[in-house]
Amino acid sequence: MEQLQNLIRDALKAIEGATDTQALDALRVQYLGKKGVLTEQLKALGKLPPEERPAAGQAINRAKETVNEALAARLEALRASEQEARLASESVDVTLPGRRQAVGGLHPVTRTIERITDLLGQLGFQVAEGPEVEDDYHNFEALNIPAHHPARAMHDTFYFDANRLLRTHTSPVQVRVMEQGRPPFRVIAPGRVYRCDSDLTHSPMFHQVEGLLVDEGVTFAHLRGVLDAFLQAFFEQSELKTRFRPSYFPFTEPSAEVDIQCVHCGGDGCRVCSHTGWLEVMGCGMVHPNVFAHVGIDSERYTGFAFGLGVERMAMLRYGVNDLRLFFENDVRFLRQFA
Amino acid sequence: MRISNQWLLEWVDHGLSPEELGHRLTMAGLELDALEAAAGEFSGVVVGHVLKVEPHPDADKLRVCQVEDGSGSPVQVVCGAPNVVEGMKVPFARVGAVLPGEFKIKKAKLRGVESFGMLCSARELGLAETSEGLMPLPADLAAGTDVREALGLNDTILEVDLTPNRADCLCMAGIAREVAALTGKPLCMPEISPVGADVDERFPVSIEAAADCPLYHGRVVRGVNPGAETPLWMREKLRRAGIRSLGPLVDVTNYVMLELGQPMHAFDLARLEGGIVVRRAHKGEQLTLLDGQEIRLSEADLVIADQAKVLALAGIMGGEASGVGDETRDVFLESAHFAPMAIAGRARHHGLHTDSSHRFERGVDPALPSRALQRATALLCQIAGGQPGPVVEARGAPVEETAPIMLRASRIGRVLGARIEDSEVTRLLTALGCQVEPMAGVWRVTPPSFRFDLSIEVDLIEEVARVHGYDRLPAEVPPLSPELGGVDEARLPLSRIRHLMADLGYQEAITYSFVDPQLEALFSPDSRPLALANPISSELAVMRSTLWPGLVKALKYNLNRQQERVRLFETGLSFVSQGDDLKQHPMIAAVATGARWPLQWAEPSRAMDFFDLKGDVESLLSLAGGDVSFESARHPALHPGQSARVWVGGEPCGWLGALHPSLVSRLDLDQDVYVMELSLDAIRQGSVPKFTEQSKFPAIRRDLAVVVDQGCPVSRIEAAIRDLAISSLREVVVFDVYTGKGVPDGRKSLALGLILQELSRTLTDQEVDAVMQGIVKKLEQDVGATLRA
Repeated sequence: MEQLQNLIRDALKAIEGATDTQALDALRVQYLGKKGVLTEQLKALGKLPPEERPAAGQAINRAKETVNEALAARLEALRASEQEARLASESVDVTLPGRRQAVGGLHPVTRTIERITDLLGQLGFQVAEGPEVEDDYHNFEALNIPAHHPARAMHDTFYFDANRLLRTHTSPVQVRVMEQGRPPFRVIAPGRVYRCDSDLTHSPMFHQVEGLLVDEGVTFAHLRGVLDAFLQAFFEQSELKTRFRPSYFPFTEPSAEVDIQCVHCGGDGCRVCSHTGWLEVMGCGMVHPNVFAHVGIDSERYTGFAFGLGVERMAMLRYGVNDLRLFFENDVRFLRQFA
Repeated sequence: MRISNQWLLEWVDHGLSPEELGHRLTMAGLELDALEAAAGEFSGVVVGHVLKVEPHPDADKLRVCQVEDGSGSPVQVVCGAPNVVEGMKVPFARVGAVLPGEFKIKKAKLRGVESFGMLCSARELGLAETSEGLMPLPADLAAGTDVREALGLNDTILEVDLTPNRADCLCMAGIAREVAALTGKPLCMPEISPVGADVDERFPVSIEAAADCPLYHGRVVRGVNPGAETPLWMREKLRRAGIRSLGPLVDVTNYVMLELGQPMHAFDLARLEGGIVVRRAHKGEQLTLLDGQEIRLSEADLVIADQAKVLALAGIMGGEASGVGDETRDVFLESAHFAPMAIAGRARHHGLHTDSSHRFERGVDPALPSRALQRATALLCQIAGGQPGPVVEARGAPVEETAPIMLRASRIGRVLGARIEDSEVTRLLTALGCQVEPMAGVWRVTPPSFRFDLSIEVDLIEEVARVHGYDRLPAEVPPLSPELGGVDEARLPLSRIRHLMADLGYQEAITYSFVDPQLEALFSPDSRPLALANPISSELAVMRSTLWPGLVKALKYNLNRQQERVRLFETGLSFVSQGDDLKQHPMIAAVATGARWPLQWAEPSRAMDFFDLKGDVESLLSLAGGDVSFESARHPALHPGQSARVWVGGEPCGWLGALHPSLVSRLDLDQDVYVMELSLDAIRQGSVPKFTEQSKFPAIRRDLAVVVDQGCPVSRIEAAIRDLAISSLREVVVFDVYTGKGVPDGRKSLALGLILQELSRTLTDQEVDAVMQGIVKKLEQDVGATLRA
């Protein structure tokens, strides 16, 4: 019996000293394997007198159980520490940057056009397009600007020949849309336009968004309502004040220029608004009967409004850009700010 | 248009501050551009009477003057102006005065002589850009009077931006009418009474171009005093309007133009021969204008001629030879009405823009010539004397009578969406000078002769709205009926494409649609670019046939600013001439250069190459999901070994490749640049997704390593396999390309992964083996492939 006790003590000590699962497994074989020490003892039971056998057998089995439990416990402990070691060796510096392509971005003009088309899209305005090399008829004549009309002088037109030119505004898209369909119309036409003028505040190419709504019963009050709502939504200022000033465009009548309360100073007067408290943002008006006549629409039955806004101007006011020329330098350090 | 508030007050006592007046005008469509003081900021300057002028003892150019300044005792002033004479009245800045620019006048000693103040020129008072000597003041001003008071300098100039339809406001009469209508204050017209003839001399006038010149009034004035000077009040009014004084003859005509709106002209009678003829020019005739410019005339030009020669470009500018000068004693005054169409465009054609052409192009009141001529005659005789002859009148085709316009109350409501009281409509239109006859629900309105922008009903509706005030009209969002439809699902939205490019690491650029012809030629040597007739510069002279020149220029701009890795894209039109036709294609293009990845730690760093860009192109093309292929093809701007034509749906739709090395060096780029350009129409056209059932049975992958000639494109191998039309073949993937040891020279090894799968059953090994054998045999036949040992 004393021998068994020693055996258990040695086994437990060895198990406790095992440093990995392999060594532990060897101990299991050494004690509990087919030829293991304890297994051999069980085999040797037959040599004992019969009356001693039950007690001896019980003692050996208890010893086996003790060793088994010790093995299991040690195995669990070793596995846990091995896992810990693996996890420790696998840990990374999570503050290192990830692998990726740097994301690019949209040009602020595109971003602004998308915002405008999204907002007006909510009112059902669909996007229409037209050519940039236009003919005189669509750019001027059909918009009630005949040859030698003084308004042409304001347009600083780029010409190719007597008939072809670069469109000076997006308004010819109005004409093309109305030529191709029947009222009602509810369209916007964003795009590039060109004027033969280049200085601090003029670019020979810039962008406009044209809007046109033609239906029965459309009024100047509706024009004001739509533009007020649009401008408030665009600048995310529900209280934004607007001001409609009489103006003159040959293709609309009555015509107006729209001012908004200066978004920089809130109307108190600052450098941005030349101390007037107001910023001019767009031109608009009721479609002129002569324009309807050119596209064969009965102006007694239908009325409509049109408006046009300068995209760069809107982008400058919205994002605080202070120099028009930045839009066309394509400096990525500038462009990335709008990604 | 520059409006002196003081002058305006002579016409209408509007009772408003200049700021309020500017606001009222702005809100009536006459936009205030700026408010400007009529004179520089100065104080302490009075009318000085020069009593005595003596030479300075120690300086040739200085004079010692005794000046009476109203204080009772003469003040000694040293003066350097050459025009100082005894008896003259001039602005005198007393000691303590402050001149424009915070210039304080102090007691001084000039070359040993004490000076107590300064005699001033117009420039020194901020009344002129330049001056020659002292500013003479009218003799009737009392010495000691404050100069600001005496000259009415406490005046504000309103600079108003007039729209082209409001030519009637290009004069004080017009602005005053408008202000009277806006404020309801009475209009006080200056009295203009006919000036009778003192001599009976009629200089004959005939009109040949009847349609161009409906009316011509003229009259001779004999014996004007060539030494007369324009009175200060007139010079000041002209100056405040921005017009330089050029002597009484010219000043009077300019003044009448500013006052009443009628451009006039004064001829030197001595230089006219035989009589005035208003006619179109003959081709080849020449004229030297008042500004010395010599122009060649054509039949499109309307001229004033005499029996011998062309005198003036009608309504635009007079001729040098017939103009008035310092010696002129006898004049012929012209006050005519020219049709806008006869003048429109002609000034610009000759590179001219004058006060006269500006007005005639927009339209001048046809009722004015007679009144204006009377006014000018009266002013001229008052200032320079002279004896007028009778008015000579010639008539061309009569100006169309202003027809009455019917204005319906119902239409006002339909256009404005507002109800305006009938009495208000009548009142507003009457105030604007219209004859208004109210009838049942309708007004019969006859606009005044100066408002020929009013010809149809909506013109009047705009006037009513404008004067009533836009800010008093309602605003409401219309009840817009929702409209569904119009969304073509097979067509990819442009924004999706742009966003993908951004996500792939490209920054969107917007470059000019016109480019440098030399740059354009480098990229498309075979195209005939569309050239602008009036480019803004030689570098922006032709329309781009490809987006590459602009993008490469932008890329270079960034490389020059310490950016080593640049990826840009742009969408926009390309302009390609095809015969007489011009195609305006929407395109997307991209340029990229530098490292594959931004500077990072995780992967070995390398420069980007063809396949990096091709991968991005493939991502883009996969959005619409059409049938895409790439073909090795040459492009003049691309590296011959790294350029591909892109096909979508069986149509060529663009290019991608490395920029040709010679182009890279021509453009001073130090690194490889990759470019692509695709037709947006082609890549946006997809199809509506259609469901196909997926197999529930396992797929089997078999790999195949084949050795083919170096020059054999993978596309041929794919085509050969496709030829076999193997129904179970799902996918072929190239997963390795190898040359070198173990592969014969001139050959390459390709590793292909083939995925096989049947919809309704599991494939057997025998079936798969048979397929693989078939493929090997086909590749052997078609492309000379051998299995890699």
